[in-house]
Amino acid sequence: MAYLDHAATTPMLPEALDAYAATARELGNASSLHAPGRHARRRVEESRERIAAALGARPSEVIFTSGGTESDNLAVKGIFWARRADEPRRSRIIGSAVEHHAVLDSVEWLVRAEGARVTWLPVDDRGRVEVDALRAALDEYGDEVALTTVMWANNEVGTVQPIADLASLCVAHEVPLHTDAVQAVSQVPVDFAGSGVAALTVTGHKLGGPVGVGALLLGRDVACTPLLHGGGQERDVRSGTLDVPGIVAFATAVEAAVKARAEYAARLSEIRDALVAGVRAAVPDAVLNGDPTNRLPGNAHFSFPGCEGDALLLLLDAQGIACSTGSACSAGVAQPSHVLLAMGADDDRARSSLRFTLGHTSTRSDVEALVAALPAAVERARRAGAVRAARA
Amino acid sequence: MSGGVDSAVAAARAAEVGYDVTGVHLALSRNPQTYRSGARGCCTLEDARDARRAADVIGIPFYVWDMADRFHEDVVDDFVAEYAAGRTPNPCLRCNEKIKFAAVLDRALALGFDAVVTGHHARKGTDGLLRRSVDLGKDQSYVLAVLTREQLDHSIFPLGDSTKAEVRAEAARRGLSVADKPDSHDICFIADGDTRGFLHERLGATPGDIVDAETGEVLGAHEGAYAYTIGQRRGLDLRRPAPDGRPRYVLSITPVTNTVTVGPAEALEVSRVSGERPVWTAGPLPAGEVECEVQLRAHGEPVPATVRVDADGLVASLHRPVRGVAAGQAVVAYRPDPAGDVVLGSATIATTERAGVPA
Ligand SMILES: Cc1ncc(COP(=O)(O)O)c(C=O)c1O
Repeated sequence: MAYLDHAATTPMLPEALDAYAATARELGNASSLHAPGRHARRRVEESRERIAAALGARPSEVIFTSGGTESDNLAVKGIFWARRADEPRRSRIIGSAVEHHAVLDSVEWLVRAEGARVTWLPVDDRGRVEVDALRAALDEYGDEVALTTVMWANNEVGTVQPIADLASLCVAHEVPLHTDAVQAVSQVPVDFAGSGVAALTVTGHKLGGPVGVGALLLGRDVACTPLLHGGGQERDVRSGTLDVPGIVAFATAVEAAVKARAEYAARLSEIRDALVAGVRAAVPDAVLNGDPTNRLPGNAHFSFPGCEGDALLLLLDAQGIACSTGSACSAGVAQPSHVLLAMGADDDRARSSLRFTLGHTSTRSDVEALVAALPAAVERARRAGAVRAARA
Repeated sequence: MSGGVDSAVAAARAAEVGYDVTGVHLALSRNPQTYRSGARGCCTLEDARDARRAADVIGIPFYVWDMADRFHEDVVDDFVAEYAAGRTPNPCLRCNEKIKFAAVLDRALALGFDAVVTGHHARKGTDGLLRRSVDLGKDQSYVLAVLTREQLDHSIFPLGDSTKAEVRAEAARRGLSVADKPDSHDICFIADGDTRGFLHERLGATPGDIVDAETGEVLGAHEGAYAYTIGQRRGLDLRRPAPDGRPRYVLSITPVTNTVTVGPAEALEVSRVSGERPVWTAGPLPAGEVECEVQLRAHGEPVPATVRVDADGLVASLHRPVRGVAAGQAVVAYRPDPAGDVVLGSATIATTERAGVPA
């Protein structure tokens, strides 16, 4: 099988899996006062320090969560609530139009349920947020903004955002910036303190750690109202018994991924460039979406004119090639991607796209398998597309 | 794979005999929450989950195909328009004609598949002819009689030799959790089974008269002729009983004058049926007259008839009268056969005649 969907989830690194298995045999609730409890607590705190060191944060800024979705919800809702409680006129959220649904839907929920107002920042045809658009939004609404949220790197088309520029604008307006760095950590340099962001989402299973554990890096002076109330773990911002083996494995993966990052990114870029060249040779009219330079090294995203992405996916799947249409499903039905639509693609182009993403187990032979299977798949998907078009 | 027991077993059997099978669930609702909830529908999220789970157990790939727009246009809108025109449509038949063996089949063929396999209770033998299921109580050949020979050539019905009870038992034996899921009888896109309410929402109130067929006297009022079906007796809410005290039935619906005509039971008896838009499933009928049997609604009794093909379609002269025949339903012609009655073809009922009197 050629697995080209590492952005969905990537296999655990062997060292993370070993750390998980070893820690899962140990006993203790990290909140207990006795020896086994202290032991578990030590494991958690060591992990916190390792993650903090790897990502340029202080240990106290690492809040463990159940993953990216929870961290995004906590940051968006929690910072909004806290900021508005402090200054009631701050009820606006500025977000990019290409956010993951964990952010997008949290914002939309705040609009529906909490009377929040929202400004969506446009992106250019490569998926980059326009810094001037943020500047204009902050100039216009600065004193009514509760938070800004812009992802570090896009999960569909792989575009890396100018986070440092966006953050310095936000700092100047005293508006906290949250960034979803789920896809970025491990592939591009991420430094929490250096970036100037107030909050940053990271998750385990996209970088070689386990599913179901992640963190929100939250600046010490950033107020955040909890989503989950209970035992008061994690700075009282996130209650729930800590998942010690998950956290240890997560920390192991983050540390390993960040340490190997430069070399890893170079290797992925090389395979990715071969993939792009191979796809273009096999299907000359395929269109590469996203930003040619400000891009995750493991991401390639194409539109195949005349095809439907889900038909291609089915045909490639039957040939043992796993990839993704990249967009969210509702009841298993692929929706045209809001990311591509925001980049100015029309419905047909948005529906005709396919995402190939690489990870630490990727090899050139994955690319070869894809390139071998693609022409026949595209031809059949075009026939199916023509059947549909003929009727419309 | 609807999420029900029949399509699950059909898929399992097809996979077992060596076909390279891919499970497909059709998303038919534009908003999945608005279609029927619970375990009985064909379009809910829960059904998609059941279908996916069945595909897992069988060990085949599974995808959801979005056919919501086409289903809406070709089946739901058609359903409403047919009622508005005073006819009684069969949406399952339309869905087979336009979706399952058209949109789905066309896409499948383009993608490189050879056929559509469904869990319909009907047989297709090595002669390529469509026949009734061995389980006459569950036979669905009626709703498949809209298939052309070409569509039929790309269709596989693995359940036709089994009874429903056997299918359920087999599902249980195969570990398919849908084994005891109740059958769906209602129209899948009408969430609560309230067809009248559904039509009312879309067609609004159109008050009119309920008229006596013999005297022309106005006997009552209705809020929309679409709410009535030929042969209906209950819910007429007539102001006066008939002089002879016998019950009255809906005989006809006339959209132009917005009237519902009622009369005695014997006036429901139809002896001639003309059908339009014929489809010759078993190949073109020979010119002239053909002795066969016809079925005039789903689960209706077959009756012997003489069928004559004409320019507009067909005319079936029934050898004994049948009650409650509605325009918009299909007239399906069968050739009786000990190996399973063969579907010759079908047409949409346009007009009916009572003992030589046009209704
Ligand atoms: C950008 C982004 N944010 C958030 C998430 C959600 O993370 P998790 O699966 O850990 O909840 C994902 C993963 O799909 C993602 O790609």
